[in-house]
Amino acid sequence: MNKRVAITGMGIISSIGNSVEENFQSLKSGKIGISTIENLETIHKEVIKVGEIKLTNQQLAQKLNLSEDNNFSRTTLLGAIAVCEAIENANISNINDCRSGFISATSVGGMDLNEKYFYEYFKDESTRRFLNSHDAGDSSHQIADYIGLKGMVTTVSTACSSAANAIMLGCRLIQSGQLDRVIVGGTDALAKFTINGFKTLMILSDTYNTPFDNDRKGLNLGEAAAFLVLESDEIVQKNNKKVLAYVSGFGNANDAFHQTASSENGEGAFLAMQKAFKLANLQPEDIDYINAHGTATPNNDLSEGRAILRIFKDSVPDFSSTKAFTGHTLAAAAAIEAVYSVLALQHNLVFQNMNFKKPMEEFNLIPQTTLKEKNINHVLSNSFGFGGNCSTVLFSKSK
Amino acid sequence: MKKSYINGIGCISAQKTVDSNFLSEIEINTTETVLNAKQPSYTEVISPSFIRRMAKGVKMGIFTSTQALKEANLEVPDAIITGTGLGCLEDSEKFLKAILDNNEQFLTPTSFIQSTHNTVAGQIALGLQCKGYNFTYVNGAVSFETALLDAKLQIESDEANSVLVGGIDETAQHNIDVQRIAGKIKKQEDVPFSVLNPTSKGMILSEGASFFVLENQQKESSYATLEAISILNSLEVDEVQGYVKTFLSDNKINPNDIDLVVLGNNGDVEFDVYFNQVSDLFNTTSQAYYKHLSGEFYTASGFGLWMASNILKLQTIPADVKMNSVEKGNYQTVLLYNQYRGKDHSLTLIKKC
Repeated sequence: MNKRVAITGMGIISSIGNSVEENFQSLKSGKIGISTIENLETIHKEVIKVGEIKLTNQQLAQKLNLSEDNNFSRTTLLGAIAVCEAIENANISNINDCRSGFISATSVGGMDLNEKYFYEYFKDESTRRFLNSHDAGDSSHQIADYIGLKGMVTTVSTACSSAANAIMLGCRLIQSGQLDRVIVGGTDALAKFTINGFKTLMILSDTYNTPFDNDRKGLNLGEAAAFLVLESDEIVQKNNKKVLAYVSGFGNANDAFHQTASSENGEGAFLAMQKAFKLANLQPEDIDYINAHGTATPNNDLSEGRAILRIFKDSVPDFSSTKAFTGHTLAAAAAIEAVYSVLALQHNLVFQNMNFKKPMEEFNLIPQTTLKEKNINHVLSNSFGFGGNCSTVLFSKSK
Repeated sequence: MKKSYINGIGCISAQKTVDSNFLSEIEINTTETVLNAKQPSYTEVISPSFIRRMAKGVKMGIFTSTQALKEANLEVPDAIITGTGLGCLEDSEKFLKAILDNNEQFLTPTSFIQSTHNTVAGQIALGLQCKGYNFTYVNGAVSFETALLDAKLQIESDEANSVLVGGIDETAQHNIDVQRIAGKIKKQEDVPFSVLNPTSKGMILSEGASFFVLENQQKESSYATLEAISILNSLEVDEVQGYVKTFLSDNKINPNDIDLVVLGNNGDVEFDVYFNQVSDLFNTTSQAYYKHLSGEFYTASGFGLWMASNILKLQTIPADVKMNSVEKGNYQTVLLYNQYRGKDHSLTLIKKC
């Protein structure tokens, strides 16, 4: 890659914590965030487990000092909270003091409101302030307005790889000199729409998800938001900024196999990783930790495992999926895992793959099942989505 | 830095833009508040067993992308990038209704799968067996422009030699009803509608798809080069002229070099004032508009780029799209400006090649 891109701030809210520090503590102590649904009405309440953030929309709105009659969806609320932490972490006092952009990612935007008021809009005028919530870009605009950002705002939606792709676009806009600073990431709240959608695909587990385990039964859906502040070298130098880590490479490829399933040999994932290495000018042996996509569906873990073996051959580095902690947070997944990748670099830790018992019979791949301390210079993070979308981002230590 | 050439285009819209000479059979609507796109016969490009099952957006996307590739004489692009404001809306509504009406029971996955915003890009990749870069942007009226910007970056940075880039949006009943109660669609009582001399609030909602092949080399089929794109989330009316001037100077273009300005007026008396600002800035330059033909939707600006590209290639501005009487001839440089309700502003600059 012609220029590495500096990460100078990050923020997160997930089912294992409302801040970077809380998430880090949960990862270290092995505290998972999978539970029974409390904040959403659904008939599947008793039969599925989810990674739910145990704060009501009202409590989230209070954190943001919003008035009672605000029109933020849960997706927007979560996003705004994570963005604010990232900005504070990056020590930014004026978001518009250089060419700043905001690139969010979401799969369903304000679907939580849209499904609630789908028929109510026509009966109850008081619900009409939420009329825009089906529009995925609307949540990005609300967050941009909330932080007062005037500049380029856009939204990526490539299903479960969305946030990785938001990170990529952000990097490319900085590398090409179009922006000096860009806040990138993703946000997705649990919604009946998504729960029922994944239910019809029969890939939801009825218990705690078990990534890379032979007896894995499927995924737990989750909700989360996470954002990174990316800044150009010029801004970093000018403001003497502390760099948390660098984005050193990335790649996106299409599996071109099936709308919702991954190919057996993980072709798309293989190509995405290959591209990322080429761009970063790094070799597979440079990677110290893989934060895998690892959704714990039979299909993903087999396909991803095969792709990892194709890239790393006999020397697969320590790897784990953190989805046993958070559930699969869809368009936010790659963003929260970007935060975890940076934490791994900062603290020289491999986070454990929880709930793993039995190796998959198809290959000899054993994830790291305990917290492991070691020197980490480069982390590879994978994210794959519907539509054959495969993304890899490489993070490297700030030296 | 490599240049981006527009080498092939496909467009489905409320006008006859398939199998027709450029805007030779225009229909001007002054009475309908919602316009459907003219659906072509899909049998040439999609097998009949799929046609019924496919979402309208997917069909429009596959058809127009096939046309664009054919014109550019390209089989498989290196990258596919789409923009859509609302995705395959009919399927989203269908799945949501099924959830609500049957209390989350008896659901089938088809409409859920199609509702994903990147379905069109994914389906095109699947059909072409294109394993390259595949992105989808969903940000209101700059969904298409983000895709275009990304495509241009891909070519400039040598990440791709060819990019298939497009915008797709479809209408669906619940969304129409919602937009009506939100006051965003014109009221029937306000007929006749005029986009150029608006007297009422709101827009005429429509749908469509337009796909473009961008390549790093000029071909016989080339329409124009894509020179620059800018995206901004919000502006006050009095900031618009400054935005345009900065964009031009950043790209080392003298305002006098612009031969044609293409504006996204949609006949909303409340927000077309934004366009008036740009119109005033270029009052000695030829001006054209298009949403009286395409209607308004989040990726309608794709129709605008389709029109501007054709004007550069054919060197003639159809009378029905002229906004003023300035006639220069020899059109070399075109500036497009779009926004929606004061949000999602974009400037696009293309040049004859």
